[in-house]
Amino acid sequence: MKILVCITHVPDTTSKIQFTADNTKFDTTGVQFIIGPYDDYALARAVELRDQTGGKLTVLNVGESETEPTLRKALAIGADEAIRVNASPKDSFFVSKQIAHYAKEGAYDLILMGRESIDFNGGMVHGMVGELLGLPSFSPVMKLDVEGTTVQMAREIEGGKESLEASLPLIAGCQEPIAEWKIPNMRGIMSARTKPLNVVEAVSEETQAEATSYELPPAKGAVKLVDKDNVGELVSLLKNEAKVL
Amino acid sequence: MSVLVYIEQSEGKIKKTSLEAVSFAHALASKTGEGDVVAVALGTIEQGELAAVGSAGAAKVLHSSEEKLNAGVIQAHASAVAQAFTQVGAKTLVLAKSSLGDAVAARLAIKLNAGLVSNVVALPSTESGYLVKRSIFTGKAFAETEVTTENKVLAVKKNSVDLKTDGGDAAVENFDVALSDADFSSKITSTERATGEVLLPEADIVVSGGRGMKGPENWGMVEDLAKTLGAATGCSKPVSDMGWRPHHEHVGQTGVKVAPSLYIAIGISGAIQHLAGVNSSKCIVVINKDPEAPFFKAADYGIVGDAFEVVPKLTEALKAEL
Repeated sequence: MKILVCITHVPDTTSKIQFTADNTKFDTTGVQFIIGPYDDYALARAVELRDQTGGKLTVLNVGESETEPTLRKALAIGADEAIRVNASPKDSFFVSKQIAHYAKEGAYDLILMGRESIDFNGGMVHGMVGELLGLPSFSPVMKLDVEGTTVQMAREIEGGKESLEASLPLIAGCQEPIAEWKIPNMRGIMSARTKPLNVVEAVSEETQAEATSYELPPAKGAVKLVDKDNVGELVSLLKNEAKVL
Repeated sequence: MSVLVYIEQSEGKIKKTSLEAVSFAHALASKTGEGDVVAVALGTIEQGELAAVGSAGAAKVLHSSEEKLNAGVIQAHASAVAQAFTQVGAKTLVLAKSSLGDAVAARLAIKLNAGLVSNVVALPSTESGYLVKRSIFTGKAFAETEVTTENKVLAVKKNSVDLKTDGGDAAVENFDVALSDADFSSKITSTERATGEVLLPEADIVVSGGRGMKGPENWGMVEDLAKTLGAATGCSKPVSDMGWRPHHEHVGQTGVKVAPSLYIAIGISGAIQHLAGVNSSKCIVVINKDPEAPFFKAADYGIVGDAFEVVPKLTEALKAEL
């Protein structure tokens, strides 16, 4: 089976979110970048499926050269080869165009990615790639098993889940508990150094909805503490001050 | 010309978040002069439910009662909404951000060649370009996004708009949808829903428990408080990882992200990943015996105390008041 996993290169979940002085760019000073946490689930499941069925697992990121350590980590986790589409990811449409263009040539059986990136939280790329390639797309997928060309999935819905059946090829945006995250071992880290990481150029510069400026929410005021022996005061505050009851 | 709104339903009942989308569309149409709001509803809808769509601001509802559309088959819904978009000559599609809404919106953005903005928190500004404010970094920041296409798709974040209730009656028209086998290339084989309780992603009040609850046998206390408030129950990641509570109750960065009016966290220290799932809440109350728990920094109100002592007292006080 040929599997493509698309990963994002995002600030660590514990990063302080701040922007440059003119509020037009994310300030990366002191920020550690990681594989998107949802993409990590997609990658972990893809490694398991490749190990079960054989075939090849390719990982792809749309990003400039600073994302290569993130791709090397994906190789250390178990991907066979990595592709970097050499461009700054501008919006979901731009990223989807790049992925669809690359994937069309590769005729992948399965294209997996996280349900959303944890920076822009759009959750749109899997559906856009699906529509661009004329393939079914599903998200957020929390279980995915392949038997021949039949795929059994579970997808989260508000307050529950639905089970689905579809055929390969398809696209899924993944989330837990589809697989346990995999941590690279020493053998993986060593072999990742020699696995191919190819750079391809972007196919177009088209965007449709690009972020132009950023802002932080107003600073939170200090917590108002209520004595544990006077819970009635909390009820009164919620009712009369916060007006949420 | 009209603004089209995609209405989601669950077992015949229209979702409140979709009514919020209708209210958003009504305010948008008034601002931009895009005409009336037309809603498109798919599948069997309970009698009387469509009246709320009118109250929320729609002038017309296109309703396809095709039973195959009762289940939210993503491609079929995207195909049907695209047909409605063309039929009414809309330039803007509004929908609620949700599990199904996101999946459908993404496909529609390509079908309609429309710039798509998700997690929209405010009406667009149109004085200089078409600028839409959206929530990013899981509620920790906002981005102004410029949409450059003629057609637009806006997915509105829950609780970002006041629900309009004084609209008129919406005219309901039968909507004939042409669907192909390709639209149903996937099959929903079963659906499991949490029953008899308030659904977490849509709840207006959420009561969550963490490791401080010490075990699943103590959850009755959380449920009593939730029941008193008409709230949904949630939990932290360690709690669902340990199997104390089901995964669909896990609130946080990699679980369910909630945006209720009131979020009450009991025995949860407030790891950054948990905060990312709740920081869009209007009001946060934290109950924790550790005064140094980081969650207090994100809270509006707090009680430093043992949950086993404080929560039953709070439930009694609320019962007396509500």
